Amino acid sequence: MSDISRPLAAQVTELLLRRARWSPIEIAFWLVAASTIWLFPARHLILTEICIWALFALSLDLILGYAGIISLGHAAFFGLGAYAAGLIGKYDIIGEPALALVASGLAAAGLGFATSFLVLRGSDLTRLMVTFGISLLLRELANKYSEISGGADGLQGVEIKPLLGQFRFDLYGHTGYAYSLVVLFVLFLLARRVVQSPFGLSLQAIRGNPLRSSAVGIATNWRLVAIYTLSAGYAGVAGALLAQTQAFASLEMFSVERSADVLLILIIGGTGYLYGGIVGALIFRFLQDYLSTLTARYWQFWIGLILIAIVLVGRDRIAGWTMPLRKLADALGRWRPGRPSATGGKP
Amino acid sequence: MPVVLETRSLDKHFGGIVAANQVSLQIQKGARHALIGPNGAGKTTVVNLLTGVLKPTAGQILLDGRDITRLQPHERVRLGIARTFQINQLFGDLTPIETLGLAISERLGLGTDWWRIVGSKSAVTEEIVELIERFRLGDVMSTRTAILPYGKQRLLEIALAIACKPRVLLLDEPAAGVPEDERHEILATVAALPQDVTVLLIEHDMDIIFSFADRISVLVNGALFVEGEPDAVARDPRVKAVYLGEAFDA
Repeated sequence: MSDISRPLAAQVTELLLRRARWSPIEIAFWLVAASTIWLFPARHLILTEICIWALFALSLDLILGYAGIISLGHAAFFGLGAYAAGLIGKYDIIGEPALALVASGLAAAGLGFATSFLVLRGSDLTRLMVTFGISLLLRELANKYSEISGGADGLQGVEIKPLLGQFRFDLYGHTGYAYSLVVLFVLFLLARRVVQSPFGLSLQAIRGNPLRSSAVGIATNWRLVAIYTLSAGYAGVAGALLAQTQAFASLEMFSVERSADVLLILIIGGTGYLYGGIVGALIFRFLQDYLSTLTARYWQFWIGLILIAIVLVGRDRIAGWTMPLRKLADALGRWRPGRPSATGGKP
Repeated sequence: MPVVLETRSLDKHFGGIVAANQVSLQIQKGARHALIGPNGAGKTTVVNLLTGVLKPTAGQILLDGRDITRLQPHERVRLGIARTFQINQLFGDLTPIETLGLAISERLGLGTDWWRIVGSKSAVTEEIVELIERFRLGDVMSTRTAILPYGKQRLLEIALAIACKPRVLLLDEPAAGVPEDERHEILATVAALPQDVTVLLIEHDMDIIFSFADRISVLVNGALFVEGEPDAVARDPRVKAVYLGEAFDA
């Protein structure tokens, strides 16, 4: 390497590693999230719900935001994870909830792997219909075998042992929230690592241009199978968390509404940067809470309106509306007495 | 010289249309082989067959004597066949650094690594730097590819194929659409390719072909028409009549 290229090498390394660095905003975000365990004990039930939605949306982001696989049936894995955790609890197969959670995630990942081959081919519409169909199949299977699943009444008699043999799942949801938040954080860390790896980069490449991806030697199908399986596992863990914290599983967990809601949450929060699911879940759940106190029956009207605005107007443009403000702030920051600010202004 | 890449009676039909008709091509190691022909002659079809994007209706493709007809595109890349595209096929959301890092990681077998961060391997960054310098992409290396000037995209298109360290490189009109004053940059990089890399070049521009190629195959209506040294092909009256026409007399 020549002398001139040595700083270039340092620059390249820096540019690549910068993608993976923790920003102060991220660190602050997780510190605030952790502090809610102590700051808002009365809100733990709704916060648990948000954590579970966030994890579910994170799982969808892995396939939609990174690999470009659209799904309208992600609740299939959520529901399977929920029933797996519920049944494990009911029949006391695994006493430790955290282990049961892992087992439930693995079960959902198994289903994800098996069905991933169906979503490899075809257009977005095909994928939408195939994933939708799979969730319908799962729901009806659970409905049919009601002696196992409890059918339309849901899975009764689920009993969750204390976490790590120490912490009982209490009525106020304190244990449940701390547990859910830790699971969300750990799986977020793993996802963050995965998307910044060469494997994650190859997924983004496949989303951007599958033809060229295979022309640089990427076995595109296997990469998609891998991420779909991982995503299904995440969704299963989210479902299992819900079943464990509520000690209940029901057919609704397979529902199309749930698949649609998680897509909505991810779109609201934004795809392809991992925080979209969390941001979306926060907005969605608090908006739901707030709007339903204003207009109990018609709150979804406003959610619908927001969704249309985001999709039609576009997130970039909405961000662009704040541009004049940001420019102003920028100009003020750069302005020095005695020097005309116009020369410093860069569009 | 040994033959590196060979096709035997390659056919490709799209419905009733014959896009490739009994194409038997032999490309020798280290060759600068040009594939020329009028528009719609089936040149890109041949490249797509060689790289596995299309499956032939009949016939065989051999790399170093090994039958690769049934192999997937990515498997052929790993065996050493890389290509560029006539119309840029790049990753719009990635920067040139990421694009090259991706291809290099794949070649070094790191593509399934889901734990290490991209850029933490110095072997990868060193190669990125080498390519960035060679293709003079330094000033745009951290810009999203989608918004790069066309000439830079074209350079990246070639750099990306080189990042696969091919033994056989298929260039599908590398200078297509590049303004006159930027063409020489593209051609210089093509001319500077190592001698042991075998090149199959598809091109329209006669100046490029005759300055570059040591062997020329002419494809007409999906079939090989004439093949030989540049001088012989240039003198061939049938080629003049069918393809080169008046443009060549000038």
